Amino acid sequence: MAEVLQQDPMRVTVLRGGPGAPMRPETFEVPLYESQTVLDVVSWIQQNSDPTLSYRFACRVGMCGSCAMMVNGVPRWTCRTHVQKVLVGGAIEVGPLRNLPVIKDLAVDMDPFFDKWVEAEGRHHPTRTRDDGIAPIDPESADRQQATAGIECINCSVCYAACDTVAGNPDYLGPAALQRAWTLYNDEKNADRGSILDAVSGKGGCHFCHSMGSCTIYCPNELNPLAAIAGLKSATARRFFGRRDR
Amino acid sequence: MTEFRLYMLQRLSALVMAPFVLLHIGVMIYAIRDGISAAEILGRTQGSVLWFTFYATFVVAVSIHAALGLRIVLSEWAGLRGPTREITSLAIGLGLFALGANAVWSVTAGGTS
Repeated sequence: MAEVLQQDPMRVTVLRGGPGAPMRPETFEVPLYESQTVLDVVSWIQQNSDPTLSYRFACRVGMCGSCAMMVNGVPRWTCRTHVQKVLVGGAIEVGPLRNLPVIKDLAVDMDPFFDKWVEAEGRHHPTRTRDDGIAPIDPESADRQQATAGIECINCSVCYAACDTVAGNPDYLGPAALQRAWTLYNDEKNADRGSILDAVSGKGGCHFCHSMGSCTIYCPNELNPLAAIAGLKSATARRFFGRRDR
Repeated sequence: MTEFRLYMLQRLSALVMAPFVLLHIGVMIYAIRDGISAAEILGRTQGSVLWFTFYATFVVAVSIHAALGLRIVLSEWAGLRGPTREITSLAIGLGLFALGANAVWSVTAGGTS
């Protein structure tokens, strides 16, 4: 066990509740350790104070995208967020991700988030069959550079929770799904650009983005969904004016 | 009309409005630099096809642009959905057009004195 840094424990307020139980804050006192993450704090509470606290995590190293929560009102990947960087006056507040239905306490239902990936046509449309050879791709090509920029998304939903347009428009596909669509749009192995542009031009499409940029500000992997959405807007406008895609 | 076409309509109406705003303000500053009376203004605008076309186009662009922008605001901020939102934004657009058209007609119609 790491060394306790100070005698006074930190005050951790956790927003708890779920369907049928209105969200209510509950405050715990948790010892402060060196190199402690917010996920460590939540785990400490569950293991030492209240075993009924519900939350979600898996890899603990910033790869799986499972542990995102609201910390002091902003979305963060908790396994890679050091407590000492977010403590305010010896206290933090942890809550479930915004813009998603709460299952219980800190665990949210991610279904709407992933359903929108499908709605945004975030699936591969192959140019070849399994019997054909692998298409050579130039990693330096402009299209590939655009696609590469977005492929490190870990599906954590931090951008979705940060987005005010999602909050105001339940149909809006959200930054992650649109960035996925933009990645596939630029993938030279993707055969059907038109269906992607159709999918992102509907009642929850990219054109509802107000370019506020919270997605890009809060993305833990420092991706730029805002630029991806701007790319989709531009591509749909080019198509409107009759410019052909490849 | 699809959401995308409404989006393009709003952007294109903005494209029309941008130079019109600059021209409108520029002409106002130029025209009043030595003082000008209402009668003198009307003397230049009444019967002018140019000013009628300019401001009529301006009013149409404003009506479309504002109504479509407020349509999104009504949806995201006021929670309006479906026909309620469409009818409200249409009424805003028609209202703006009626006010603007009345103003344009008032200063451009009439005899060439």
